Amino acid sequence: MSNIALKIENLVKKYPSIFALKGVSFEIKEKELFALLGPNGAGKTTIIKIIAGLTNPTAGKIYLFQKNIFNNLIWSKGQIGIVPQHINLDIELTVEENLLIHGLLYQMPLSLIKKRISELLELANLKERKNSKIKELSEGLKRRVLIIRALLHQPKLLLLDEPTVGLDPHIRRRIWSFIKNIQKTGTTILLTTHYMEEAEFLADKVAFIFSGKIIGINTPQNFINQLGNYAVDVYFSDKLKTFYFKDKTNAEKELLKYSKNYFVSLRRVNLEDVFLNYVEKRL
Amino acid sequence: MKGFFAIYLREFLLFKKRLFRVLLSFSINPLLYIFAFGIGLGKNINIGGKSYLEFLIPGLISATSMVQAFAINIEINIARFYLKIFEEFQASPISYFSYALGEVLSGVTRAFLATFIIIAISFLAGVKFYLNLYFFLTVFLNAFIFASFGLTSAMLIKSHADQALVTNFIITPMMFLGGTFFPTENLPFFIKPIIEALPLTITSHTLRSIALYNSFKYSSLLILSVIAIISFIIALYSIKEAKD
Repeated sequence: MSNIALKIENLVKKYPSIFALKGVSFEIKEKELFALLGPNGAGKTTIIKIIAGLTNPTAGKIYLFQKNIFNNLIWSKGQIGIVPQHINLDIELTVEENLLIHGLLYQMPLSLIKKRISELLELANLKERKNSKIKELSEGLKRRVLIIRALLHQPKLLLLDEPTVGLDPHIRRRIWSFIKNIQKTGTTILLTTHYMEEAEFLADKVAFIFSGKIIGINTPQNFINQLGNYAVDVYFSDKLKTFYFKDKTNAEKELLKYSKNYFVSLRRVNLEDVFLNYVEKRL
Repeated sequence: MKGFFAIYLREFLLFKKRLFRVLLSFSINPLLYIFAFGIGLGKNINIGGKSYLEFLIPGLISATSMVQAFAINIEINIARFYLKIFEEFQASPISYFSYALGEVLSGVTRAFLATFIIIAISFLAGVKFYLNLYFFLTVFLNAFIFASFGLTSAMLIKSHADQALVTNFIITPMMFLGGTFFPTENLPFFIKPIIEALPLTITSHTLRSIALYNSFKYSSLLILSVIAIISFIIALYSIKEAKD
């Protein structure tokens, strides 16, 4: 129990016309990178916003290091770093000025702010850009500034809301390795994404969220093992059907069976297969 | 208090980066009013034994300090709806009080800068009037009230378009009717008590009284102080409302 960083119990959020969350529960261990994986509109950002204190839940409880965050709001905000989906930096101010203001918002001493800015600019490879205005940076660099801004006050929990959305594949991979490096420093991370390969690459544990509900929690590898190691895609005239197999021999037999009449392919099972399988069961 | 300072510093840094443009825009309106109403139209007008230009300047300071203090709503709107930086403030461990104080004092700073520009232009135009600590205290209270209103309106509105409505229906009429350009004594009986109760009218009368006669009523400062406290409390509640 003592190494649980974040515990969410039966979280419900109702907007006037829709239930965004319908009783979400999960917990994250200290130093774990936990991914919430789901399509757009599944409720991922709502969870992040509630944890960060940006919106109130309709019902439910959240504990951060055993403390109820709603009873300790100012304290919990100080323990959390948030990287929002959109780039919310002051575009007219420089990288350093944006970081300085963040440090002051988090009540840090000026000497510590300067030290942390220097360390993080080094970590993010942004030292030469510290006097650049945000509007002069590329999207990838802006994302990196967003991440180091969230790390400036040394949060115990980092919330990453779709940190690579809209980025080119090569920049996305750079951000991934940056996130991996952050995890090595001992920070607990909650990541939301709709990119399956992102969750598979980064996460220690994954929760599938669909239509405001958690429909499965496991490690990426356990999820994949449950379904099988190999997938055979058969392209029928009207639809694509995928068959899953534990061993390669059986997969190859199936491949041969359909290959005479249809276009077929054999590949490794990935997290997307598991997610689609879970969703199909729900529909 | 660091939280308050962070908010104030952000506004100050943004302000500093646009200093030349800001100073220019702060100077244009008073210059136009002084030339059009004061030197042009008001050349042959005499109010209570004083030239119209002498009558106009304190009113112009009241109106300009109101407009500039209220204008923080534009910056807050940009931060909230366009840059989404308001979320950064909401997620940080600062109190609503610190946030509100930082924003309101940045509005007061804008108002004082605009006031100093009008005073400088007036002296250059050869207008002489009294200035003392109470004069600046009145400007401070007026700016504090309207910066709080600006913050409240920025928190309660749902889009940029709504903000224009607030300015067009509240601030602009108040600017013209609040004892700035003409005396309120001759207003129709049904509207006079309402106009004279407006904070801008109280400010205009107080500043004019100090500037022209070096005297004022302490009760006016007390009333402005009470309005300032109430408007700040309303602003605090409006920040809470903006959460969802």
